[in-house]
Amino acid sequence: MSGPSSFQPQNSVLKWIERRLPIFGLVHSSFVAYPTPRNLNYWWTFGGILSFMLGVQIITGVILAMHYTPHADLAFNSVEAIVRDVDYGWLLRYLHSNGASMFFIAVYIHMLRGLYYGSYKEPREILWILGVIIYLLMMATGFMGYVLPWGQMSFWGATVITNLFSAIPYFGESIVTLLWGGYSVGNPTLNRFFSLHYLLPFVIAGVVVLHVWALHVAGQNNPAGVEPKTAKDTVPFTPYATIKDAFGLSCFILFYCWFIFYIPNYLGDPDNYIPANPGVTPAHIVPEWYYLPFYAILRSIPNKLAGVAAMFSAILILAFLPWLDSAKTRSMRYRPLAKQCFWIFVGVCLGLGYLGAKPPEGVYVVAGRILTACYFAYFLIVLPILSRIEKPRTVPNSIADDVLGKKKSVVASALAVIGAVGLLALDGGSTARAAEHGPTPPSVNWSFAGPFGKFDQGQLQRGYKIYKEVCSACHSMNLVHYRNLTDPGGPGFSIAQAEALAAEIQVKDGPNDAGEMFERPGRVADKFPAPFPNENAARAANGGAAPPDLSLMAKARGYERGFPQFIFDAFTQFQEKGPNYIHAILTGFEETPPEGFELPDGSTYNKYFPGHAMKMPSVLADDQVTYDDGTPQKVDQYAKDVAAFLMWTAEPKLEERKRLGFQVMIFMIILTGLLYFTKRAVWADAH
Amino acid sequence: MTTSSSAGQSRRDFLFVATGAVAAVGAAAAAWPLVAQLNPDASTVAAGAPIEVDLAPIADGQDIKVFWRGKPIYIMHRTKKQIEEARDVNVASLPDPQPDSARVKEGHDQWLVVIGICTHLGCIPIAHEGNYDGFFCPCHGSQYDSSGRIRQGPAPLNLAIPPYAFVSDSKIRIG
Ligand code: FES
Repeated sequence: MSGPSSFQPQNSVLKWIERRLPIFGLVHSSFVAYPTPRNLNYWWTFGGILSFMLGVQIITGVILAMHYTPHADLAFNSVEAIVRDVDYGWLLRYLHSNGASMFFIAVYIHMLRGLYYGSYKEPREILWILGVIIYLLMMATGFMGYVLPWGQMSFWGATVITNLFSAIPYFGESIVTLLWGGYSVGNPTLNRFFSLHYLLPFVIAGVVVLHVWALHVAGQNNPAGVEPKTAKDTVPFTPYATIKDAFGLSCFILFYCWFIFYIPNYLGDPDNYIPANPGVTPAHIVPEWYYLPFYAILRSIPNKLAGVAAMFSAILILAFLPWLDSAKTRSMRYRPLAKQCFWIFVGVCLGLGYLGAKPPEGVYVVAGRILTACYFAYFLIVLPILSRIEKPRTVPNSIADDVLGKKKSVVASALAVIGAVGLLALDGGSTARAAEHGPTPPSVNWSFAGPFGKFDQGQLQRGYKIYKEVCSACHSMNLVHYRNLTDPGGPGFSIAQAEALAAEIQVKDGPNDAGEMFERPGRVADKFPAPFPNENAARAANGGAAPPDLSLMAKARGYERGFPQFIFDAFTQFQEKGPNYIHAILTGFEETPPEGFELPDGSTYNKYFPGHAMKMPSVLADDQVTYDDGTPQKVDQYAKDVAAFLMWTAEPKLEERKRLGFQVMIFMIILTGLLYFTKRAVWADAH
Repeated sequence: MTTSSSAGQSRRDFLFVATGAVAAVGAAAAAWPLVAQLNPDASTVAAGAPIEVDLAPIADGQDIKVFWRGKPIYIMHRTKKQIEEARDVNVASLPDPQPDSARVKEGHDQWLVVIGICTHLGCIPIAHEGNYDGFFCPCHGSQYDSSGRIRQGPAPLNLAIPPYAFVSDSKIRIG
């Protein structure tokens, strides 16, 4: 994209096209012959990684939209139907939901790289501002995408974020009404968010084209921050940058796959596996991890308008960076003071992210205010002053000198990984907060834990029996069908067994030709029967608290693991909070509450339940359910079996996911290794 | 690069080809789920289970339309006249030769069960219309006889017979 190309195709067909539309020349000059500084390090591969992630999000998103229903009553179940019924639907959904996080990890690294190496300075101001616009668009897209599954966090996140606009004087309320299309967040909101969520990625793609165009006019910055002067300073984009980007991308995909296949819900919020309920707000509303630093800024200011203004300025201030930092030296490598301040700033951002996930109480509020002040001070005080008083070290004469002058450090790439993990780790605080009070549920040894975990079929069958004989008296399981009992990776019932089980129930069907509803025996295509005809009936029959649907229970509950445990959980693939919690609840009932505990009427004391007063009574007793396979008929065993069964109903494709994950990981490790050696071979000529 | 011997060169070439090949395999494998997701999903498949239809209410000369797997199925209770017409044809002269006996279940000659989708381009033919006492497709004028065989018009094949069986004399199971 830099001026007319010297590219001359030989093939006559290509020549014919090229004379009319010089597209090959454009591609050649932009991505083949394009001179790229020879001293770029791996931080520069994130531009390519971001383009890749945009592509992944668009492709998986377009596909998900083929199966998704944007309606307040149907959206939640349609997302679950994608995961449960569509071929590879679970993969596509996890690719997309984790893809958003990967996109943001990459963009934060990309932005911090720009910050560190001064990539926003003359003549790259517009390039940088386009980047800030892309980032804003990404935030809007990510937010609206998170609303679509229509879980509790979707709904309440939408409510809180749209209400930010109500802070605007005079027009606030009207703007919020325009966003909602109603008197509150509801079906019209979901519809417009879906439409816009589909649109914005293409807008992003358009701005990305401008971003790349501006990049190719100004040329890439580089770690030394000096412009290329002679041909010795640059190498052609292909093969040098291409292969380096490919290797970087391959490493990134490995990291991405770890999440998709082994900890797909690590970055998500358990509350979002509870369908949206306009009548109940979750205990803590927390946005997705990538908004947390800004959320912390919002909350640390005790005035509505000022808080919202601070939050938006925290983002917009980035656009003014080229003028706030007027230092002539680009790279902080040669600015010792600025370099230290930069790393402190990174720490401040991580700290704000951590605080964003914490409840806004006590010391967290104070810390939030201090860090907010630091955040703005970095841009408004530190950089402007440093750029005037700091005496930079001498920068190398040319890029070639820079390359010769120092040994390349491998540390950089290791740091990249650690940095990314650190960023992610922030989230742990937000993923689990259901059980703030009370002891942590003990960890049970589950057969389905770990990279090669599999369900124990006997255990699932026993768990099903307990569900059927005990739980199903009060709890529905609307997402599970009798046919699922025969699915691979499930309890392993035969088709005949599933048919017999289904035939035990009566299902209301119709209307028949006479227009009447009738009862017929169940079929395998029918879902498990619900004990109550509707939620109000369930509530009335259970002392005011409707027993929740159990289909997703094992993913809809969690608890704090605390720092630093939640970071280790990403490495050990700990994904069993839900079953641990269920097992703990079922075994945690106590006849007499501890001294001084005021138990409300109609409640039971439970050690592990948040608040301890549980509407559900203790329902399991030793020998209550008969096991035919000789397994001990003890409450603890019952609790384990039913928790395992609920894990299967919540994540029916778990075995398929882990099996495919192993194959993909092996493949990606081989490919990454090959790319590494190819990259070395290619770059051997350049040194 | 310390040497540029031809052995080193060919080792490099091999490395490049191997990397490219592995990457290509990966890209192809990654495309697979993107295509496979287009298949009918599990709930659609499960909903396509066999259905039972009671024939008792269908009087002589009447027909009903039921849906199975989203397709309309005509169940026609044929009159004596219709059966005779269907049997009197010179089978060899038909565009898609098939004797009537091959299109109904033995001993249940009066019941014609066909998928009501025109074999031309998929419109739904109207029963008891056209020149052959069978079906007439309004889209491009194909005519089927009382055995559901194509007699006239652009459609190439007879109306398809869904898989079905008699559970009793007055009940069939489709699928
Ligand atoms: S579709 Fe029936 S005649 Fe063309």
